[in-house]
Amino acid sequence: MPTKPTVETFTITVDGREVEAEKGEMIIAAAERGGTYIPRFCWHPRMKPVGMCRMCVVDVKGPRGWGLVPACYVPVGPNMEVNTQSPRVKKAQDGILELLLINHPLDCPVCDKGGECPLQDHTLAFGPGETRMAEEKRHFEKPIPISDLVLLDRERCIMCARCTRFADEVAGDPFIQIIDRGNGSQINVFPDEPFASYFSGNTVQICPVGALTASPYRFKARPWDLDQVESTCTVCAVGCRVALQSSSNRLTRMLGLDSEPVNHGWLCDKGRFSIDAVNSENRLSTPLVRRDGELVEASWGEALDAAAAGLRAARDLHGPSTLAVLGGARLADEDAYAWAKLAKGVLGTDNVDCQMGDGLPAEVVLGLPRATIEDATWADTVILLAPDLKEELPVLHLRLREAARDHGVAIIELSSRATGLTVDAKASLRHQPGWAPAVMAALLAEGDPTESVAGVAPEALQRARRLLAPDRSVVVVLGRGSLAESAEPTVQAALALHRARPSATFLPALRRGNVNGALELGLAPGLLPGATSLADGATRFAEAWGSVPGARGLDTTAALAEAADGRLHGLVLLGADPLTDHPDRWLARRGLSGAGFVVAVDAFRTPSVEQADVVLPVAIWGERPGTTTNIEGRVTRLGQKVVPPGVAWADWMVASELAFALDADLGLESLAGIATEIERLAPSRAGLTPARIDDRAARDGLVVPLATADAPPVPGEIEANDDPGVAAVQGHVETGAPAGVGPDTGGEPGGPVAAPSSAPAPARVRPPAPSPAAGVKTDAYKLRLVSSRTLYDAGTIVQESGALAKLAATPALHVHPSDINRFSLGDGGLVRVTSSRSVATLTVMADPTLPRGACWLAFNLGSPGAADLIDANEPITDLAVESA
Amino acid sequence: METRTVPRIVTSRITAYDDSHTIERFLATGGYDGLRKALSMTPEQVQAEVLTSNLLGRGGAGFEAGKKWSMMRKAPTRYLVINGDESEPATFKDHMLVEGDPNQLVEGTIISAYAIQACQAFIYLRGEFALGLERVQQAVNDAYRNGALGEDIFGSGFSLDIVVQPGAGAYICGEETALLESLEGRRGMPRIKPPYFPAAMGLYGEPTIVNNVETMANMPWIISNGGAAFAALGAGRSTGTRIFALSGHVNNPANYEVEMVKTTFRNLIYDEGLGGGIRGGKELKCFVPGGASAPWFGPQHLDLPLGQDEVGKSNGVLPGGGGSMLGSGSIVVMDQDTDVVRAAWRLARFFARESCGKCTPCREGTSWLDKVMKRIVDGHGRPGDLELLRDVCDNIAPGLAFPYAMTTICFLGPSAAMPIMSALTMFPEEFERRVGSAPAGSLPGKPETAGVV
Amino acid sequence: MSRLAPEFEKRAVDLMALYPQPRSALLPLLHVLQEQDGYLSEDGMEHVAELVGLLPAEVLSVASFYDMFHTEPVGRYLVGICTNIACMLDGAEELLHHAEQRLGIKHGATTPDGLFTLEEVECVAHCNKAPCAQVNYRYFGPLADDDFDQLIDDLAAGALADQVPSHGTLIRVRREGSLRVAPERIAEERAIVTGQIADRAAGAAAAKKATEEAEAKRQADEAKAGAEEKKES
Ligand SMILES: Cc1cc2nc3c(=O)[nH]c(=O)nc-3n(C[C@H](O)[C@H](O)[C@H](O)COP(=O)(O)O)c2cc1C
Ligand code: SF4
Ligand code: FES
Repeated sequence: MPTKPTVETFTITVDGREVEAEKGEMIIAAAERGGTYIPRFCWHPRMKPVGMCRMCVVDVKGPRGWGLVPACYVPVGPNMEVNTQSPRVKKAQDGILELLLINHPLDCPVCDKGGECPLQDHTLAFGPGETRMAEEKRHFEKPIPISDLVLLDRERCIMCARCTRFADEVAGDPFIQIIDRGNGSQINVFPDEPFASYFSGNTVQICPVGALTASPYRFKARPWDLDQVESTCTVCAVGCRVALQSSSNRLTRMLGLDSEPVNHGWLCDKGRFSIDAVNSENRLSTPLVRRDGELVEASWGEALDAAAAGLRAARDLHGPSTLAVLGGARLADEDAYAWAKLAKGVLGTDNVDCQMGDGLPAEVVLGLPRATIEDATWADTVILLAPDLKEELPVLHLRLREAARDHGVAIIELSSRATGLTVDAKASLRHQPGWAPAVMAALLAEGDPTESVAGVAPEALQRARRLLAPDRSVVVVLGRGSLAESAEPTVQAALALHRARPSATFLPALRRGNVNGALELGLAPGLLPGATSLADGATRFAEAWGSVPGARGLDTTAALAEAADGRLHGLVLLGADPLTDHPDRWLARRGLSGAGFVVAVDAFRTPSVEQADVVLPVAIWGERPGTTTNIEGRVTRLGQKVVPPGVAWADWMVASELAFALDADLGLESLAGIATEIERLAPSRAGLTPARIDDRAARDGLVVPLATADAPPVPGEIEANDDPGVAAVQGHVETGAPAGVGPDTGGEPGGPVAAPSSAPAPARVRPPAPSPAAGVKTDAYKLRLVSSRTLYDAGTIVQESGALAKLAATPALHVHPSDINRFSLGDGGLVRVTSSRSVATLTVMADPTLPRGACWLAFNLGSPGAADLIDANEPITDLAVESA
Repeated sequence: METRTVPRIVTSRITAYDDSHTIERFLATGGYDGLRKALSMTPEQVQAEVLTSNLLGRGGAGFEAGKKWSMMRKAPTRYLVINGDESEPATFKDHMLVEGDPNQLVEGTIISAYAIQACQAFIYLRGEFALGLERVQQAVNDAYRNGALGEDIFGSGFSLDIVVQPGAGAYICGEETALLESLEGRRGMPRIKPPYFPAAMGLYGEPTIVNNVETMANMPWIISNGGAAFAALGAGRSTGTRIFALSGHVNNPANYEVEMVKTTFRNLIYDEGLGGGIRGGKELKCFVPGGASAPWFGPQHLDLPLGQDEVGKSNGVLPGGGGSMLGSGSIVVMDQDTDVVRAAWRLARFFARESCGKCTPCREGTSWLDKVMKRIVDGHGRPGDLELLRDVCDNIAPGLAFPYAMTTICFLGPSAAMPIMSALTMFPEEFERRVGSAPAGSLPGKPETAGVV
Repeated sequence: MSRLAPEFEKRAVDLMALYPQPRSALLPLLHVLQEQDGYLSEDGMEHVAELVGLLPAEVLSVASFYDMFHTEPVGRYLVGICTNIACMLDGAEELLHHAEQRLGIKHGATTPDGLFTLEEVECVAHCNKAPCAQVNYRYFGPLADDDFDQLIDDLAAGALADQVPSHGTLIRVRREGSLRVAPERIAEERAIVTGQIADRAAGAAAAKKATEEAEAKRQADEAKAGAEEKKES
């Protein structure tokens, strides 16, 4: 049963100093914790040791006297004595360095790694002088592209195999390999099969020399130009900790930091390389106002007045319930709170929703007991009731993959299509789309299953059921597996499990950067900040804000429907692009054109922004401090590294100023002020003062709600990072913004811990009761659509990140081979599909991982796409198909 | 030499019959008798016999076979792997055994698998042994046909399968952990110890015994005649007989099975019926006593007995002290006219070519040694080259002593240093002549302790 | 060239079934592929990768480690001359030089007619027949220059076709045994058998101990007697 091992410790001596070591730990790791750095190239704290480079030799006292041992794979023993400085150790290290250098080109001045290269550093610190090698060095063709993102210079390679081990062990994409033998060994790919991994950038980060470089970064900046801040990646909601680097007010590089509870140092390529979107020429840098049908530049004053006038008119003429504020899942926590306050306290509408009809009801997300990533990676069983995590929350995928392989965590997958974790799942229950509740019911039922349920064989059910024995701990990863069906089946399956198994905890697999923070801080219908229902929190918030809406409002889909019918007179889009992201594009289009007056607060001119009457430009990641909240509810600091383009502002300032323009005062003047107000008012954030977040001990962030309001900060700190690029400039790392640059400088680190509010906190929102509904029977003459996202897509971030844009695939309709035959389609041929919404012509691709009768189409690869076919009012999407 | 008769233990059929490899000859000459007897004993009793015999492994490291078996981790799934990768330069005994008496090897393998209760056995043969591979596969087929393999062997209730696995040309796959990697379908790169000691964590992570072909070939005799009869031959730790592969400048290069310890290098090289002396009546210059990895010996070592400790604890030539080894049991004789610099280079080049490339000192060091040696051989030596050679060798095998310390993962790296350091120490003038001037500088002293464990 | 033809694929599938894990069959499978085409083609490696469940890059990584696998076509006869120490002491370098003259190519190259590829190889464990050569891993030696010429003539004339199949064909004897080992099953059986054996052994050990004690006592008595005898002599 995988339980996080409790560690036995003992004392060892390193260079005469006593160090507390953990059983099973390698000498190199124990020494490092004790403050002694043992040089190394191949060892990486997050991968299994291989002992290849031999740089880490140390003297260890054994029964037969002192002897040289490699510190990276010899585990510590009680009372072990280690000497890292003996003459013999020095001689051996000099020898190894000389051997590594004999074939290494001396092109440091033009190498991307120059200045942050462990080989260079070790040579200065530990190495011999000039080379004694008189022979010619090993030659290879200079940098060759091994993928669209990574270049390889084999002459610089020192054969540490970090890259190949990462690709194989960690990512499961062993496209790069050691080819040939001995001194002729080289890293390479198979001809015409590139290193197409979503995680390839990590190899660039961990390569100890300049052999692997990222084509987006190459020659852009020299390591010594770069100083950096710590931040959190908000491209998805995993919340990987990163270091952001810049040069001349452009982000130049994003590196993974090793956060024990979250990302272990890894990033996905989408996150890593999407800094280009921040630097994009197409950023909105000035407010726009529609005049004579055209969006034209305006001053903030003009734009705010126009926005206020439009919204006020709509409210005064038609009432606050004809206003809606949609989006906000990409805002910082403070922004989300400010907008919740503006929408619910000032505009007076509860038609507020940070999700685009592609998520789960807020009560479900916030009401079910929450798990952390660590809980999932040490659970006995993890149920995946979610989209393909590799595509949507890539680093969570890595963590679960490791958990399945190294901790023996049993994964049960409920889905209608194979995912990146299918090979590691103990049971894959491939069911017909829309039938998750029936499969869940079969899993939870008594007695042996005897017949198939929604296409899942009884044996598979039986296998999965064994993994749910009552003594096993269960974590559910919960998200929308398919956007072509309503959220209902997923919700019902989850609620049924929760009722049957109250001890099970849930990790929401919602994708947008701060969707969890936005939900928790009230950007959802029926909710107020602090995971509080409108009913429970009305008194407290009415008192603090002046007023709160009296009744539950509309979610995004319902609000768009109202708009389409001409009943919504004012709409604010907070970084929201329903035309791209809402599952039902027909509805979104009609909604946007039907809405009386539209204000878009955004960083890009998205298709939806083009429809707005007023456009307000805002800052995005890297440009503003604040906090963000990940899938676990972990709150971490965002770092500011550059200033936003033009006159773009932080979103909370827009809210605050717009309130003034509406003759109201949000009372929010600084980030610290907002954070303090959140701590005071939002029950789920009690105790989370700015000072606590800034505490060095909280570098991994703090999971809300805190255990008790005045519990000591959660211990744990970012491991000394093994990456040279980070370590080399660690001295410059700051949390928050450089003074005087940003709109705000965050809280006061080390300041007094504010006392939590004394008013009784309202209860946390509760999950709804289950209401079992049968799946919709399949129609034998149709194919039922499954639709989910791919990592690289037609969305703004990818398309504005030069290197990533071309990685988005062209959409194809995946169909089970037997259905290809049944409908006389040709693999690779064209098919015309007809849904209740529209008709589209697509290329067919055989996909045996689908259940029969189902088909899959990527959601986000442009038009015509799934969003053109889906009707948000239907529980499922059935397609009539015919060869085109 | 005294005239008591020493039995031929592993070459009895090969030396007596031209058709020694056939199943017919095998069955007519006591084939499977050892196996039948073993199956009538308990596995523990078979192990005990082998322990009593004190048979030392014949693959090179010379570890007691019975002791290795007893160290196996007790897990239900266990494997036996026979190492027939024989690629050590000038070693050709296993080649003879697999071509000449494959059935004996198969019988020995089944006996051993029974003793350690292996689930399956693999005979990993060097890929270049085309004929050997065919003959061993035939022997396995014949064993199946005769009920010696498969379900319920000879009605004993014991079942076994043997798979004959061809290598594909890589010396390093003789190293037991590299062999296991290769057998798992990977690059043959040695594993790091800890944690991969085969008897604890071998094939697929399960406890695995790796034994040499010749080690296996001894099993039928040991079981038939008893461990004590084997132990009565030889002396000290080195019991029984052993095959020595004699090559180079001798009159009769061949494999010879002789009694251990009771025979000396001089016997082997000069006796009639054995090496028969140096060709053309020349003088002996030096010889390699136990495979290309072994430090060399000179005429002063001729009277050392062929015994593991006798050779290991002798007074050898390395600057750091220590003797040499019988290793793979191959002896290469060089006469007075031999260009030892060239000979040492040729061996160094072998190791450079065969380095797997996993660890830095071996990958970079061996090929650097090769390049420097080649330059010296070609007459482009430079002053300082000899000091450089010593220092690079010392960085691979710190202390330059026997047994070796090493900064490498396996013994291949230090092996490359041995011929160079041997030749350089024994014949410094031949090197100095080629690098122009004789450099000063002393050799590194004897180290206090052993190296990388 | 191409993927495995059906009969070769059948052999590959049978081979995989012999091992507890299919990847173990990778080297044998590559030999089968090399037997089909004489070398390892990209398509062929991709096919092998599919069969064992690896990426083609992993197959290439393994294949390129081993000297016997060729990713470019070689001659029908791969002639390897050993120049390692034992052969070198007996004139191998001279033989290699002669071979280059005779075939009109440098080692590492293939004759224009595609018949011979000449290689310098490491010790082939045939040192008692130095200097020696291997042709498609069949051994010849000792070889004087004219022996070598004769060998080449015979090969070219097809006179050795029985003994030396064309390059790629390694093992012509097919496995005939039938036990397919499922390690879990065998392990279970072994565990039971080991239990029984342990019981038996415990019984036997007790019996043995009794006899040994008796024997020791007898020997001690004898020794005592012997010692007294010695003293006397
Ligand atoms: C570089 C290297 C090459 C080796 N080659 C062989 C070999 O070809 N055959 C062999 O039996 N042992 C070889 N060994 C020794 C094996 O690792 C292992 O000790 C041996 O197979 C154990 O069998 P034994 O105990 O029966 O001797 C080699 C060791 C090293 C370090
Ligand atoms: S490319 Fe870099 S990470 Fe990969 S083996 Fe070479 S030095 Fe190591
Ligand atoms: S860090 Fe230990 S061998 Fe590379």
